[in-house]
Amino acid sequence: MSIDTARPPVHTDHGGPIHAVRGFFRSREIPVAGALIALVIITTLINPRFLSPQSVKDLMLNATIVIILAVGQALVIITENVDLSIGSILGLVAFGTGTLFNAWPGVPIPLVFLGGMLFGAVLGAINGFLVTAAKVPALVITLGTMYIFRGILTSWAGSKQYFSGDNPKAFGNLSVDVFLGIPIITIVAIVVVIAVGIFMHSVRAGRDLYAIGSDRDAARLFGIAVGPRVLAAFVASGALTGLAGVLYTSRYNSVGALTGSGLELDVVAAVVVGGVAISGGTGTVFGAAIGAVLLSTITSSLTATRVDKFWQQAFVGMLILAAIIVDRAVSVRNARKLRVSESRDV
Amino acid sequence: MANEVQHGIEPHQPSGTPASGTPALSLTGASKTFGPVVALADGTIDLRAGEIHALVGENGAGKSTLVKILAGVHAPDGGEFEVGGAPVSFKTPADSKAAGVSVIYQEPTLFPDLTVAENIFIGRQPRNRAGLINRGEMRRMARELFATLGVPIDPDRIAEGLSIADQQIIEIAKAISLDAKVLVMDEPTAALSGVEVDRLFGVARGLREKGAGILFISHRFEEVFALCDRITVMRDGRYIGVHNTSEVTVPQIVKEMVGRELGALFPKVDAAIGETVLSVEGLTRLGTFRDISFEVRAGEIVALAGLVGAGRTEVVRAVFGIDRYDSGSVTLHGKALAPHNPQAAITAGIGFVPEDRRKQGLVMDLSVAKNATLTLRKALARFGLISGSRERRTAEDWSSRLQVKTGSQDYAVSTLSGGNQQKVVLAKWLATEPTLLIVDEPTRGIDVGTKSEVHRLLSDLAGRGIAIIMVSSELPEVLGMADRILVMHEGRITAELPRAEATAERVMSAATSSLEGAL
Amino acid sequence: MSETLSPNIVKARSGLAKRLTGSDAIIIYILVAVIIVSMISVRFFASTLTVGFLSIQVIPILLIAMPMALVIISGEIDLSVASIAGLTSAVMGVLWRDSGWDIGIVILVSVLVGVVCGVVNGFLITTLGLPSLAVTIGTLALYRGLALVVIGDQKVANFPKELNTFVLSKIGTTGIPVVMIFVVIIIAFFAVLLHFTPFGRGLYALGFSKEAATFVGIRVGRAKFWLFVGTGVVSSIVGVFLTLRLASAGPDNGTGMELSVIAAVLLGGVSIFGGKGSIPGVVGGVLLIGVLTYSLRLAKVPETALIIVTGSLLVLSVVAPSIVSWARERLRLARVHRVVQQTSSSGSPHA
Repeated sequence: MSIDTARPPVHTDHGGPIHAVRGFFRSREIPVAGALIALVIITTLINPRFLSPQSVKDLMLNATIVIILAVGQALVIITENVDLSIGSILGLVAFGTGTLFNAWPGVPIPLVFLGGMLFGAVLGAINGFLVTAAKVPALVITLGTMYIFRGILTSWAGSKQYFSGDNPKAFGNLSVDVFLGIPIITIVAIVVVIAVGIFMHSVRAGRDLYAIGSDRDAARLFGIAVGPRVLAAFVASGALTGLAGVLYTSRYNSVGALTGSGLELDVVAAVVVGGVAISGGTGTVFGAAIGAVLLSTITSSLTATRVDKFWQQAFVGMLILAAIIVDRAVSVRNARKLRVSESRDV
Repeated sequence: MANEVQHGIEPHQPSGTPASGTPALSLTGASKTFGPVVALADGTIDLRAGEIHALVGENGAGKSTLVKILAGVHAPDGGEFEVGGAPVSFKTPADSKAAGVSVIYQEPTLFPDLTVAENIFIGRQPRNRAGLINRGEMRRMARELFATLGVPIDPDRIAEGLSIADQQIIEIAKAISLDAKVLVMDEPTAALSGVEVDRLFGVARGLREKGAGILFISHRFEEVFALCDRITVMRDGRYIGVHNTSEVTVPQIVKEMVGRELGALFPKVDAAIGETVLSVEGLTRLGTFRDISFEVRAGEIVALAGLVGAGRTEVVRAVFGIDRYDSGSVTLHGKALAPHNPQAAITAGIGFVPEDRRKQGLVMDLSVAKNATLTLRKALARFGLISGSRERRTAEDWSSRLQVKTGSQDYAVSTLSGGNQQKVVLAKWLATEPTLLIVDEPTRGIDVGTKSEVHRLLSDLAGRGIAIIMVSSELPEVLGMADRILVMHEGRITAELPRAEATAERVMSAATSSLEGAL
Repeated sequence: MSETLSPNIVKARSGLAKRLTGSDAIIIYILVAVIIVSMISVRFFASTLTVGFLSIQVIPILLIAMPMALVIISGEIDLSVASIAGLTSAVMGVLWRDSGWDIGIVILVSVLVGVVCGVVNGFLITTLGLPSLAVTIGTLALYRGLALVVIGDQKVANFPKELNTFVLSKIGTTGIPVVMIFVVIIIAFFAVLLHFTPFGRGLYALGFSKEAATFVGIRVGRAKFWLFVGTGVVSSIVGVFLTLRLASAGPDNGTGMELSVIAAVLLGGVSIFGGKGSIPGVVGGVLLIGVLTYSLRLAKVPETALIIVTGSLLVLSVVAPSIVSWARERLRLARVHRVVQQTSSSGSPHA
């Protein structure tokens, strides 16, 4: 006969709406969404013109590129890797787009998009292949490819620059025209977020990425094809970066050897702030997208409230730290609650 | 060790349906070699549908290599392997799962960031017509599985932080959902409390009724005899024999496992008991252990006995300073020992051989020499500087004293056998000349020969006046080596038995009940 | 659980043989080879001017690589070093311009900036237990941002001429900068710390296994904390150096340096996973990149190719060990296969 003290039972499950609502508010996206809303409200209170149609349009345009980059980076980070070469990839594709228009002014625009994404995908595949084959942390590999790709771009471009005037009008108009009040390129970004988001949430291959990031060895033991999946994540990230590169050429004045330099850290910041843990396995592309919007809104916000624009980088840094600290505090608190509820009654 | 002792385990219930005789899994003469090491020479198992079959053997007998072959982690170098009567050849763990073989490891591997339901169905989540994952359906299927097992676990809960017992249940649920015909449970009860063991056994019996074949690997004879229908014994990488549980006794099994009589293994020499070295008063850590008080004197071996999870390791870790404690005091040679400060403990003369050799006792990637002198890094320094040659000389000295078998002091310590690794751990602590040595499961995972060397060494040390605290789950070891046995149960000391009064029954009884008898 | 020997016997040659064939020795050989080839084939390479320019260029990376190597060996990483240098430079500029203090005090206070930054990093990583990669990405942005706040986009340039001359001065006719003496002292300090002290021994253990390190009394948190203070201080010293060398204080002094440092450290044989590496190797790595870059530049190789070379070296340095062990494993499996074929063909019975 056992005389042990019984352990308190684990919560018996409850489905239903209240559970779902409570779950929603505990999700990782809420803090960053809340921060964004707070930021917008405070800025508008100080400067009501912040929410004027033109200003909102600018906000959306600014955020577009970062959003797409953040979605791609989130894919990679969720598998417990990182891609520091996206700035260089973006530069290569952007300059490539400019070159293409220059050499073949009549090129159909959809083809340009396709070509850009393909180019990005190939570069992403190089990263992915090195990471999976060499079993070395992606941090180091992509650090190296960041240099290599940038070097290739610099030697290709030299001091040449392509200006938006060199591109077909229709192409540049993508960043100007609106549909239902939203710039076309932003609609592209939104579609990307939704599509990738659904994939990560409700498609088996997407869930596999989470499993890999959560415990790579367990995933391997379980029969998940870790190598091919991680490679695919890098290829997808590369393709999305390529897309962003094409859009960059549409939106911005000029592309050259320095295009995209330094972007990678902003993007990683956006993703981390958006609730995707750097240790992989958690977070969503929705959160990453919100993080991207938050980061790009800060610049505009600072200008609108006449705060020294020099504070922007400092704010970004503080945001990243705050995001990491909050994340850690929450998980420590959860662990403590579990330990208390499951510990012995001694 | 008596096999009639009750301690929370229901007595053997023979299966309702007799073992149907259809072989669920059959391994014959499997062999596996790694470099120069023969891990398995003759692995043979005949597992039938509708039976619970025990696999016993000492550490080093080849059990875990055999399990890895069943799981598809290793491919056997030779031998025949059939599942469900058909020959198989697994190249990956996925092949094994596909063939209906599921292994529940001692340390379950769940994905901490995914939900329970998703852990069960990862890779094969139910989908709706659009091809997207149907979470409602997944939740329902998970709940159904848990209902079959009789265990309520929330399928939407994140797997992180679940107790090992719950994780095992989830692994079993996964196995059922994979339509497993063969379930291999590798030392499943090591980290479970009595209630959880009962629950696990209930689940296992239920699965047996449904016709699954269960391979149950364990060191605990009480459980083996209570649960299993047949027992296969292995020794030194070979199959020795198989018996019906009802037709064999524990001493017979032990004899087959060990190849010699038990008595010869644990020679504790009587030593002169001296002054009190360590005094622990009222040590408490909320939720883990309460009001622990005991003394250890020079030349004494005090054993901390009890079931896994009783809190023994936690107590000694707190004494040494790895973990905090909430109240109480630790005094060494009359002086209070600062809590939560391992370096202070080491300086004061305490050595600590931890439970997990690979993760705690050694730095596996460092060389033998560097490991052996890690504890001496401050002592070996002159004017703050260490010389490599002094280090090596010290390491060689201790290696030969303890007869550590290694090709070279510079080899990574991961290349040594378990027994020799443990000797390195001991060497590094003995080199600090401690007055109190704490050893936690000193002979776990060690071959029989080295085991008795270790025991002789400990006995020797006691003879020279060192006080020893030994945490051990192996009853023969405890009974043979200890001058005094402190039995713990659920965080408290339930009995203190001097050598003359200690019997297996009294220890087991105190290990499984609260606060009765000799306190 | 049964115990089996690890299938891969990790051999380590002993003593001198180990020193002459280890991975950092290989770097030194490559370095020497590159130098010799450069001396022969590149015009103007073999001259005291080379030594001077090369040294001045390499000094910042060399300095920061020292504490960075220790940080990486302990299993962490610090990406904020360049920003700390930038912040130091900015503070130095503003103090010199506005406070009227003596230049000596200004330099001292500026170095304190590095201490504070290192303490913040250390606190977040050890006391709060946050991952160092994420934290130092955050502080990279924060410190660079603060540099901008402090000095805006202006530059301060009117530093005492004597200091600028001093920093660029050389020892006699050798071409070696005087400040190199200081650099050598720092290198020696870290070499001794890592290879000859109990702290250093503890660091290697810590890099491989935090748990095992705790069990031998190593104060893991404290050790790592001081390592980050170390990178902070050295980074700010470099910030001061750069300011005086360029005779200009600005927030972007040193931008991008962190990547060159990490590339050099990894090339020098330090494992990104922690637990392995040596100071001589790191020095070799820094010099290798420095010499290669310099000599290629001198040989009129376009700047862009140099970047590609650095990146490729980095990738190669971490991919090569994997290729080597993959090849070894294939050979071993082939050997085992052969043995098994032989024994089964010779009719040894099973079952």
